[in-house]
Amino acid sequence: MRVFIFPADSLRAAIAACLICLGSVTLAEDWTPLNKDGIHDPRSPAIKQLQEPAAALSKLIPDTAGNMVRWVQALEKGEINPRASIRPDTKIRVYDSDVLLNLKGGMPIVRFPHRQHTLWLDCVNCHDHLFKAETGATKFSMLKILEGEQCGVCHGAVSFPLTECFRCHSVARPGQAPKPSLPIAIPAGAVPPK
Amino acid sequence: MFRKYLWQRLLLAVIGLAIGSTVQIDEARAEYGDIVINNYSDAAGMRPAIFPHWFHRVRFRCKVCHADLGFKFKAGGNEINMVKIIDGQYCGACHNGELAWSVENCNLCHSAKPGTSTQVHESTVQKLAPATLQKK
Repeated sequence: MRVFIFPADSLRAAIAACLICLGSVTLAEDWTPLNKDGIHDPRSPAIKQLQEPAAALSKLIPDTAGNMVRWVQALEKGEINPRASIRPDTKIRVYDSDVLLNLKGGMPIVRFPHRQHTLWLDCVNCHDHLFKAETGATKFSMLKILEGEQCGVCHGAVSFPLTECFRCHSVARPGQAPKPSLPIAIPAGAVPPK
Repeated sequence: MFRKYLWQRLLLAVIGLAIGSTVQIDEARAEYGDIVINNYSDAAGMRPAIFPHWFHRVRFRCKVCHADLGFKFKAGGNEINMVKIIDGQYCGACHNGELAWSVENCNLCHSAKPGTSTQVHESTVQKLAPATLQKK
């Protein structure tokens, strides 16, 4: 009877195959085609006419989460040039000012950059119904944000997802490591405690 | 020496490829944040409408629709219907045959699987929390 042994170089071969596969599949699987995205009806005549996400998004500066696109960078570098209005008399307001939030919490301080947000949005989209214009007047809550309120109106829906903690909590407190060793992303399928 | 463990190597390589491909499909897939709107579609015998944010934000900044045209940040919360669109409100501000294709192309928007509920598809909350915990 033969003894079943996996010698070391076989193991290396397996690991190499695994890595090669990871690398090759990444590109192909980043962009789910419309007929497999879970919401489009594969029998709809639209499938043959609508632009596939990969055709538009794979050309833009890549990200590691959400849409897999760095939208602000794509805009700043001119990869895309989205119109700011469709009516000639519309006022465009870009405001360049950072606000520091979460000054007393345990997580790193939040730096909210107005400029990047007003490249996309107008003041009235957030002020004053989501956030009061006066700094410190709005009480923030991660629970509300996770429920789709406050920052969560966009983040977690169309802008980078809420699992990217340190993109907002980006300013270390005195004596705090630049990036605390917290999980970067909550594992998919995780169930919150009852 | 090489031939001796050939079949073990092949077996491990196949296992490796299988593990590699399944892991990656789950980890690095783009979430589009598409909006499904099914306020009236199912009842009218149409496929629900899908609004792809990614397609529109390549061409327009968020403010064009959410500030200038008055779209609320709420999937299904705008009470859009075809009369309003044909009247030039909401989608009809662009989808009028001038800026973008017009309303005759029903199927291009109404392209979801029948019965798909109004939602932000692949939102963080949708991915992390069971459906029963999500706000309607």
